[in-house]
Amino acid sequence: MSIAEPVAPPVRPAVQVTRSRRRTGWTGLVAVVAVAILAYLPYRVYSGTTDLLVNVFILMAMASMWNLLAGYAGLVSVGQQAFIGLGAYFVLVLAQHGINPFVALPIAAVACGVVGLPVWWLLSRLRSGYFAIASWVVASVCELLIVRFPSLGGGTGAPLPGLSSLNPTLLTAYTYWISLAVVVAVLATVYLMLRSRLGLELTAVRDDEVGARSVGVRVAGARRMVFVVAAIGCAAAGGVVVISQLNVQPTSAFSVQWSAEMIFVTIIGGIGTIEGPILGTIIFFVLQQTLSSYGAWYLIVLGVVAMAVAIFARRGLWGLVADRFHIRIFPVGYWLWPDGQGRPGRRMPALRSR
Amino acid sequence: MIWVNTIIQGVLLGGLYALFACGLSLMFGVMKVINLAHGDLAVVAGYVAVGVIAVTHIPAVWSFVLVVPIFAVFGYVLQRTLIQAALDRGVLTTLLVTFGLSVVIENALLQFFSANSHSLAIGSLVSDSLKLGSQISIAYLSLAIFVLAVLVLLGLQYFLSLSKHGRLIRAVADDREAAQLSGVDYRHIFGIAAAIAFATVALAGLAFGMVSSFDPTIGTTQLLLFAFEAVVIGGLGSLWGTLAGGIILGVVQQIGSQINPADQILAGQLIFLAVLVLRPQGLTGRRSSS
Repeated sequence: MSIAEPVAPPVRPAVQVTRSRRRTGWTGLVAVVAVAILAYLPYRVYSGTTDLLVNVFILMAMASMWNLLAGYAGLVSVGQQAFIGLGAYFVLVLAQHGINPFVALPIAAVACGVVGLPVWWLLSRLRSGYFAIASWVVASVCELLIVRFPSLGGGTGAPLPGLSSLNPTLLTAYTYWISLAVVVAVLATVYLMLRSRLGLELTAVRDDEVGARSVGVRVAGARRMVFVVAAIGCAAAGGVVVISQLNVQPTSAFSVQWSAEMIFVTIIGGIGTIEGPILGTIIFFVLQQTLSSYGAWYLIVLGVVAMAVAIFARRGLWGLVADRFHIRIFPVGYWLWPDGQGRPGRRMPALRSR
Repeated sequence: MIWVNTIIQGVLLGGLYALFACGLSLMFGVMKVINLAHGDLAVVAGYVAVGVIAVTHIPAVWSFVLVVPIFAVFGYVLQRTLIQAALDRGVLTTLLVTFGLSVVIENALLQFFSANSHSLAIGSLVSDSLKLGSQISIAYLSLAIFVLAVLVLLGLQYFLSLSKHGRLIRAVADDREAAQLSGVDYRHIFGIAAAIAFATVALAGLAFGMVSSFDPTIGTTQLLLFAFEAVVIGGLGSLWGTLAGGIILGVVQQIGSQINPADQILAGQLIFLAVLVLRPQGLTGRRSSS
């Protein structure tokens, strides 16, 4: 045998790769139709319904951001209210300087993303539980700093200027549309992020951090990216809060209750899936509306249910549904099909080697 | 002289914070549990004391005789059931369950006892003080709490180093599998550690209730964060570091409030962030361990 003999090319098993076990082309269409119907709602229903939906969308956006943090990047933050409050106050400051609040909202969200960078630099020194409480401390610091500014209303808060000239019906509709826009943007961002290389890296980190590091995943960079995105998303949600309430008050804007709600919703719905926070938010509002006459009981019930789900059904309600029926509304994973046995259909491009 | 007084008050306050922090530190050191409900448990201890006093009519100062054992048992049971179940499923679940516990406790207290603040009435003891000159006055109560904190830390140190159960706790904390191979039931040991942690948090909650008033929300907005800051400033996993951290936090808070009464909490949190930036391993921590 001579050394020059050509080496036989390695035999690659013929594999087809799809994003989900079933066809999912229809889910994209369903999503577009659903958003279109939701966007048309203000012409059809009373403002009571759209006001409720604004709150649904706010919580859905926050929960999706928290799910990205904890479910994918392993960052259990209980301080996301820092960005909710800052987002609300940034909108207030811009509005006080004559900028339309609806225009101010995206600016405030991006500004909070910038604030997120030094915050990440601080918090990234701590892990798991210590990260959790430290993020809480950061939120508390933000609140204590904000109340020092008399122009922002100090400890009592301030009304949001710039919207009083608007017709109330129109204002309700605009508020609804911007909340819908925020939640659609948040869900689209999460979906696209998780389908990208970053999503693959995050999933690898979530499943086995040491293993992910050993194959060259830049864990710190991926986590920083997620943290900044979550800051932007929560700030946008906070901006919607101030626009829908037309005033901002420091203790409620920076309340840990935001974290409690987004965490419970994500756990009950199913952490680590895009669908989970959506399902959880719907359950949250059904529960809240049912128990609305009993004060804070809904939060107690929700907390107990969330603890039970965290212990007994760790993948949440969506996990139960998805495992049973193999449904993925937002397919972000990969299914490998041996040639000839798989789901027939168009041949997917092979995985690009990196 | 006013600054000397400020620093003395800060040191005494630091003793209280160290008392809050040692339970948090112990549970993290042994079980790797960050108990996010820690502050709320202290508040619960305050409410239990109010109930115990109302029923038995014992003086508030002696309420710990009943409340601390109740909390030790409560801690053991909670650890063996809820917290252990969460621990078996990983760090994330443990955090979520203790956070859920915190929210449930706080809102249940709000439902049953309203947002009104309570305090443990101890009569003239709250205002009696030792006067040194015209500017310095040391309240006997603060001094007693500081001494109590030092005694608790000393006792904990002695217990962990010398007693049989203390050795078992350290063994399980260091290497759970090896301890199990030697026939140690680690769940029982975890329960004992939790019982001690809960007993200290009950003591801290009672002390806090005598010094100032408490309401359902104070557990998360202040107590948990102060305890945590004391632990991180002092360095993770060191009991005496925790005392040092508590004292630094107390002194900085008192200096802050001397400058502007509204800045007490902010000053403490800024020193915490400064430590996080400059010395993330804490004052007593080694760099390798961080």
